[in-house]
Amino acid sequence: MASTAQSILGGASVVTATERAGTFAACRALLRRDFVLAWRRRGELFLPLLYAVIVAALFPFALGPEPELLARIAGGVLLVIVVLAMLPALESMFRADLEDGTLEQWLLAPQPLALLALTRVIAHWLTTVLPLIVVMPLLGALLNLPVKVLPVLIVALLLATPLLALLGSVLSALAAGARRSGILLALMLLPLAVPVVIFAAGAVAAAQSGMPFIAPLMWLSAALVLAIVLAPLACAAALRIAVES
Amino acid sequence: MSRSYLPHWIHWLGSPPNFYRFAGALRPWLMAIALISAVVGLYGGLVLAPPDYQQGDAYRIIFIHVPSAWMSLFIYATMAVAGLVALVWRVKLAEVIAMECAPIGAAFTLVTLVTGSLWGKPMWGTWWTWDARLTSELVLLFLYLGVIGLYNAFEDHRRGARAASLLALVGIVNLPIVHYSVQWWNTLHQGTTVNFLDPARSSIAPSMLWPLLVMALATHLYFFASLLGRARTSLLSLESGKQWVRALVGGQPASTTGAPT
Amino acid sequence: MATFPAPAAPLLSAHRLAFSRNDEPVFGPLDFSLGSGETVLVEGDNGSGKTTLLRVLAGMLPPGEGEIRFDGRPASRDSRSGRVLWLGHRPGMNESLSARENLGFLAGLYGTRAGVTPVSAMERVGIAGWIDEPLRTLSAGQKKRVSLARLLLLPGEVWLLDEPYANLDRHGIDLVNALIAEHCARGGAALVTSHGAVRFADPNARHIHLVA
Repeated sequence: MASTAQSILGGASVVTATERAGTFAACRALLRRDFVLAWRRRGELFLPLLYAVIVAALFPFALGPEPELLARIAGGVLLVIVVLAMLPALESMFRADLEDGTLEQWLLAPQPLALLALTRVIAHWLTTVLPLIVVMPLLGALLNLPVKVLPVLIVALLLATPLLALLGSVLSALAAGARRSGILLALMLLPLAVPVVIFAAGAVAAAQSGMPFIAPLMWLSAALVLAIVLAPLACAAALRIAVES
Repeated sequence: MSRSYLPHWIHWLGSPPNFYRFAGALRPWLMAIALISAVVGLYGGLVLAPPDYQQGDAYRIIFIHVPSAWMSLFIYATMAVAGLVALVWRVKLAEVIAMECAPIGAAFTLVTLVTGSLWGKPMWGTWWTWDARLTSELVLLFLYLGVIGLYNAFEDHRRGARAASLLALVGIVNLPIVHYSVQWWNTLHQGTTVNFLDPARSSIAPSMLWPLLVMALATHLYFFASLLGRARTSLLSLESGKQWVRALVGGQPASTTGAPT
Repeated sequence: MATFPAPAAPLLSAHRLAFSRNDEPVFGPLDFSLGSGETVLVEGDNGSGKTTLLRVLAGMLPPGEGEIRFDGRPASRDSRSGRVLWLGHRPGMNESLSARENLGFLAGLYGTRAGVTPVSAMERVGIAGWIDEPLRTLSAGQKKRVSLARLLLLPGEVWLLDEPYANLDRHGIDLVNALIAEHCARGGAALVTSHGAVRFADPNARHIHLVA
């Protein structure tokens, strides 16, 4: 009897004598980890920026430097460049953590997997996409983007890129479990990105011709809100499939 | 794990050798009725139905284009439902059915897009336009291709089927977009003409409506027949080590369960 | 006169647990339970299903048949989370980060046991001098010790350890046994796999033999 009481108390002491992890603290820890990793690889983070600048610079060479022509296509071209520049980083969003077993630790953590996935997407967006958006004025200048359109372009990007990152996180988690995926992620993501690009480009084009541009931006916001709620859940389901092997 | 809330026959059908025999028996009938209906429907549409007062005879491609479009959506919904069963309950037959829906659905979507393009040239003057319906139908094609590609990227077929099923479920948001695109946006594509809930209120002439509905029947039956055939082949290759497959190939008497000896 | 409450449900119990892959049975049916303070050693050759058994218990694979219970409650994300610690073949940590950073991240996710810090855990396992080096510069044995520090640091009553002795020298093996013994003395339980003839410190441990 005494040993029973002791084992009950012993069991209780293992449980109560801990510092439980708060949800907020857990997300902060994951963000800090991802930021430190991104900082350690900061050389690699410049590659998408460099790529975007080079591609943007190629257009005047390819199409001729006519200012009116460049100005007409600048908004759409910049959107496409951003989407393409996002692809390589999206591919590797979960791969490293799957291979080194970190995802297994996520699975057993007290935090909901969907929340960890959402935090990962936020960290990913801040480290790989935000620099692209910051560089937009420079890229706009390269393509003779009318200055009045620049704010609308940036708002459209601020809505469209998180949406694409959330979609991409689900697809990246699905492809991470496959051994040979190659260009699969790009093939899966680009068609789904088409409606997003249409709305974002629509807003920019409307602003450029002086028409109201708020409707496409509202659509993007609605889709973004829906994605913030649903994508982490789908991403968590996909991660569980990936860890199963 | 007992599933006592399911009818006994569903449980019976879920076993691969039972499904193999059942599908093999049913398939020829479905295919035969499908072919007969197709002949009847095409005759009604190409010969019997009068020319359209606006488009003349060019509209007759509707009898292939519209049923194919309906199938492209119906097959995706079937794939998503089978995929859901595969994900939640891990039923092997559901995985096979979901994955074999994808190529058939992709084919119907391609037919829809091509026939639509052929129709668009005389009617709108252009082979293609980026309006809401055409774009969302093209996205549907890419979703099918994505499901096929993802499934084939996995070495473990069961995990691959579950991953591809999750992709199919994520993409299901496209289905209402395709269907309601002509109502929500100003599109080049014409609006809804066939009212399923009350066909008499459709805005299409009855002489054109009945061949269309017969063609819809034909394509549905063709899809089921094709799906049963593909699922049988897939089951044979996935279960190739099992006793029932070896008995089938070798002509020995098979046991009624799917258990290996 | 105080009456003692009924004995607590075992920390982990399995009833007719079995698993098949491609309809080939991998293990089972198994029946066992793990009470507070107990250890179970799962033995078997390579390919006998030891890792699969642990992954099923950890919830990474669904059981084919049978059921698993934690504290008497059916296994689910809720009944497992915060109570199970996993040590698998993969390190579970990032090679570009240091031991301190890795353990700090896991502590942020799981919380810590009272009175234990990442630094004290690392000192206990003997890698105090390597706290801030990136993990990739450590040897295989040192990386294993960092994983052991994880067991010291994070809370969890049930330890599922897959080949914890791999890559360790004699002192490392003694360390593992000491950690398991302390954990059980605190009221925890451990399920350990091993394929070799390794001295397992607890003479009272029960054995489960899996056959390939």
